[in-house]
Amino acid sequence: MVSPIIDVQHLNYRYPQQPETALTLRDVSFSVAAGEWVAIVGHNGSGKSTLAKNLNGLLAPVSGTVTVDGQVLSEETVWEIRKKIGMVFQNPDNQFVGATVADDVAFGLENQGVPRDEMLARVEQALKQVNMQEFATREPARLSGGQKQRVALAGMIAARPRILILDEATSMLDPRGRAEVLATIRQMKADGQLTVLSITHDIDEAASANRIIVVNDGEVKEEGTPAEIFRHGENLIKMGLDMPYAERLKAALKRQGVQVPATYLTEKGMADWLWQLRSNK
Amino acid sequence: MAITFKQVDFTYQPGTPFENKALSDINVTIPEGSYTALIGHTGSGKSTLLQHLNALLKPTSGTVTIGERVITPETSNKDLKRLRQHVGIVFQFPESQLFEETVEKDIAFGPQNFGVSEAATLKTAAEMLALVGLPQELLKRSPFDLSGGQMRRVAIAGVLAMQPDVLVLDEPTAGLDPQGRLEMMEIFARLRHERHLTVVLVTHQMDDVANYADNVIVMDRGRVVKTGAPREIFADPQWLLDHQLGLPKTTAFARQLVQRGWQFERMPLTEDELAQDLVAGLPQSAFGEGHDHDE
Repeated sequence: MVSPIIDVQHLNYRYPQQPETALTLRDVSFSVAAGEWVAIVGHNGSGKSTLAKNLNGLLAPVSGTVTVDGQVLSEETVWEIRKKIGMVFQNPDNQFVGATVADDVAFGLENQGVPRDEMLARVEQALKQVNMQEFATREPARLSGGQKQRVALAGMIAARPRILILDEATSMLDPRGRAEVLATIRQMKADGQLTVLSITHDIDEAASANRIIVVNDGEVKEEGTPAEIFRHGENLIKMGLDMPYAERLKAALKRQGVQVPATYLTEKGMADWLWQLRSNK
Repeated sequence: MAITFKQVDFTYQPGTPFENKALSDINVTIPEGSYTALIGHTGSGKSTLLQHLNALLKPTSGTVTIGERVITPETSNKDLKRLRQHVGIVFQFPESQLFEETVEKDIAFGPQNFGVSEAATLKTAAEMLALVGLPQELLKRSPFDLSGGQMRRVAIAGVLAMQPDVLVLDEPTAGLDPQGRLEMMEIFARLRHERHLTVVLVTHQMDDVANYADNVIVMDRGRVVKTGAPREIFADPQWLLDHQLGLPKTTAFARQLVQRGWQFERMPLTEDELAQDLVAGLPQSAFGEGHDHDE
């Protein structure tokens, strides 16, 4: 196997004010290959965001190691590693620094020392990609929640990190906006060797991933492809994910006395099955 | 308490380089006792309209009538206290507004500000905590030791403690997991019936609109472009898509079935509705043994 771009081994984390026995993350190990899209799911309070903050050194573990692109995360390597990772949080208010939207998107590039002409071009391109070019001269603070999430993502598009970590970064978008952002991320992946780690409750976002890691109570409970994980049907709610629509309809049909298949069906599979059932008349 | 907008315009920072017209010619009524969903794509003016519901923003022109009170561009900022008690707004990420030492004090802060005695407000705090589904032992805890979902419930309890007639919710379930989202929506539905509230819900979740609302206001680019019951709004899927809005999952799925030749008398909005419609068209062999299926 090619060496992973992110490798986490036996990570334990506890918040400073917590008693020694109460670990927020317990013996977490997983790795992500370069170019992979991994979704991390789990209910609120399961430790997902804590895990994300351990990956770029915003939080430091009690024990265990995080290796990013061959470098073990430590006080010496943290700045080098952060250059490779772009993070978008759920509430981007906490990460805006620029006076205008364009300034904010440019911020990461200024820090990287990108020449001014190239910077302006990249900012314009990034804002266009998230459909926010009309807002370039606005104040970030006065945008709506969904617009803020788009601007935060534009900052990442412009900065071109090797790894993109999305911490519920589409939660404030409307369904179409969410679909657009997911399409943008797919495009970014197609354009270069981007690795994506998305923390999400959204079934469509999870379905976009190559692999899903289920975190519960600070531990990795399960790993699998979306189709493997979605077989859990009604138990997906306990894992912090929504039920795929076909599963919800299946449950409703069952309540009406209809015998439904036990295997996981996509929406198309469900429509095919219903159509065939009706033709058996 | 009904709220009526008449020819309302609103412009942010007029006369500056940041000038931005957010609302244009709004004429709409939120009926007393309704569960009104306010929908529209990102940046359509929903949050701006919402802030007019208790005069946090005043119209640049036009009037907003909230119960008996008429708000005009000239209305003084003094004397709006009673109005704010009647219309409680739960903003996005309300947990970021928590500040007190204990959960109890945080919930009691609002009513105390309105001159209610400390003993009475602490009693109210305990009641409100139960109302949002949290255990009493949290009362003496710091709100900052709670999980995000619990903090949000405490913030909502603080708004409810004011005993508002109108409860305004701005994407109240954003960021909660599906289980937490469902519990929260059930709490609002229950409160509405128990306390006879008028509820205004700003949301992107069309399934919540289908499941809970009885009245819908659709906004686009600062204007109200449609109002009606959920069934009327969702009857024209193409119109919704043109306005960058989604459909309830059931309606979208039923549309796929229609494209294959399935027929529905009316487009279903929830999975139970769809299941009922489908069952009527299925042969006896689709049902499990021993199940009585009466035609």
